[in-house]
Amino acid sequence: METLFEPFRYEFFVRAICVAVVTGALCGLVGTYVVLKGMSYIGHGLSHAVFGGAAIFLALRLNALVGAFAIGVVAAIMINGVSRRRTIGADAAIGVITSALFAVGIAIVSVLRIPRLTDALLFGNVLGVTVRDVLLVAAVAIVSAVIVFLRYRQMLFATFDPEVAEVSGVNTVWVDLLLALILASTITVSMTVVGVVLIAAMLVIPPVIARLLTDSFHRMLWISVVTGAFCGFVGVYLSYYLDWPSGATVVLAASTLFVVAFGVSSLRNRRPLPDVGIDVH
Amino acid sequence: MSRTSRRAPLSRIAEDPPGSLIQLDRVTCRYGHGPVLVDVDLTLRAGDFIGIVGPSGSGKSTLLKTIAGAITPVAGSVRRGDGLAIGYVPQVETVNWYFPITVREAVLMARIGDRRTPWSTPRERAEADEALERLGLGGLGGRHIRELSGGQQQRVFVARAMLRRPALLLLDEPTSGVDVRTRHDVMHLIHELHHDGLAIVLTTHDLNGIAAHLPSIMCLNREVIATGAPGDILTSEVLERTYGAPLEVLSHGGMPVVVEQYETPWDTTGPASGEGHHVHPVYEGS
Repeated sequence: METLFEPFRYEFFVRAICVAVVTGALCGLVGTYVVLKGMSYIGHGLSHAVFGGAAIFLALRLNALVGAFAIGVVAAIMINGVSRRRTIGADAAIGVITSALFAVGIAIVSVLRIPRLTDALLFGNVLGVTVRDVLLVAAVAIVSAVIVFLRYRQMLFATFDPEVAEVSGVNTVWVDLLLALILASTITVSMTVVGVVLIAAMLVIPPVIARLLTDSFHRMLWISVVTGAFCGFVGVYLSYYLDWPSGATVVLAASTLFVVAFGVSSLRNRRPLPDVGIDVH
Repeated sequence: MSRTSRRAPLSRIAEDPPGSLIQLDRVTCRYGHGPVLVDVDLTLRAGDFIGIVGPSGSGKSTLLKTIAGAITPVAGSVRRGDGLAIGYVPQVETVNWYFPITVREAVLMARIGDRRTPWSTPRERAEADEALERLGLGGLGGRHIRELSGGQQQRVFVARAMLRRPALLLLDEPTSGVDVRTRHDVMHLIHELHHDGLAIVLTTHDLNGIAAHLPSIMCLNREVIATGAPGDILTSEVLERTYGAPLEVLSHGGMPVVVEQYETPWDTTGPASGEGHHVHPVYEGS
């Protein structure tokens, strides 16, 4: 039993677990909207853009996290604008914008010769988080949760049916922008846990697991948050014993859970629906 | 409905006519390069029931959204009655049926601005259940929207619109993509709502199944071609100007029946010969 609690004797591990759990929950919260709005590719693109931002700010001897957030926000706003105009495909535009920023980042870290930092940004280094990192993640999570709490009805309507939401008085442009800003913040603070390469997985897998288990939006939101937090905890805990990279272990934990949820969902769907007198044409 | 014909334009009205819910005056809307609506005049009063017909891209949905206030015209004016509540029912074909949402959750979306809390109050839930009960969906509030039949799905979105307690109900192609029985059910429901005092505007492609049975229709192709009772304006000339294709209008029991004329590609002798020259009534999806 003592062996099970052994890692919690180390402060760095407690910090790592805290930041992984909060980040997982945050990714589960934001990811629900990302998946249901069909924005998964935006999450993937933004995660690459923030890497470029962090590298640019490093080259300028400025704070990498601030750079990641700033470029993430700019990229999110640009992507949001491109998605609405539909002149060129949004996925193509995102590919251009975010890949270019990622390439800039790679070029900069190569010139500056900072491979260790590159590894940390790309693949995550949750065991190296500081108290400041924990507070930052907690602050972003609290602000995001408050925004979702206060704008829940508008965000749900705009996600499900943007056209009618607009007609019913919801400012969908504002809602999309708000979501893009939350997404950029989430990706920025998640870099330390899973790294930019695997962030998209943590934004997508918990909500997809939740979707497999429920047909109700508010239950999906809760299940996704709890699943994300659980995967963060299990992933970091196992990474201690297995000596695997934390990001990869968190994503592997989520992927395993997905397989289980998929199996449960498939078995459940095999059962005939109860007869409730629904007239199916 | 006050407008009778595009060629006999409505005189400019300095003040809202009595009883008018909404008045559009020379409204022009534009997306990107070209105009979608040009100089549209329309006055809706309590109890009006109008169908808007026209080809795809003629501006029908844009006109509905302009009435609803979702689109701001680039020219002209829209005047709404004080506190006018409008319900909007989208095309069911545009709905994401795999979205994780129950029937009750979908209906409660109408209550967006009432409270800041995510959860609905017992009163809101009771109102939603009452609306569902009234539309024949009692007991289905906890079901996923995908588990309902086509007609029931349409009713869910009517229930959502009704929860806003509207004086004017807008329906975008309410019978699009549904079978004949469901079309009858939906139209029966809409007529009931109109009978209860609601003003109704709907768009449709179905000239014979829907439009010919409405009290009033508007033929639209970016501009208003004609407005009036179906018996008066469903003429070959008006329909050809609206659709840009020859359409014949027959009379059946005093009702206009629109038939489409087309030539098969293998007709080498021309329409005059009668071979390969067909007519068929214009229903939904034709």
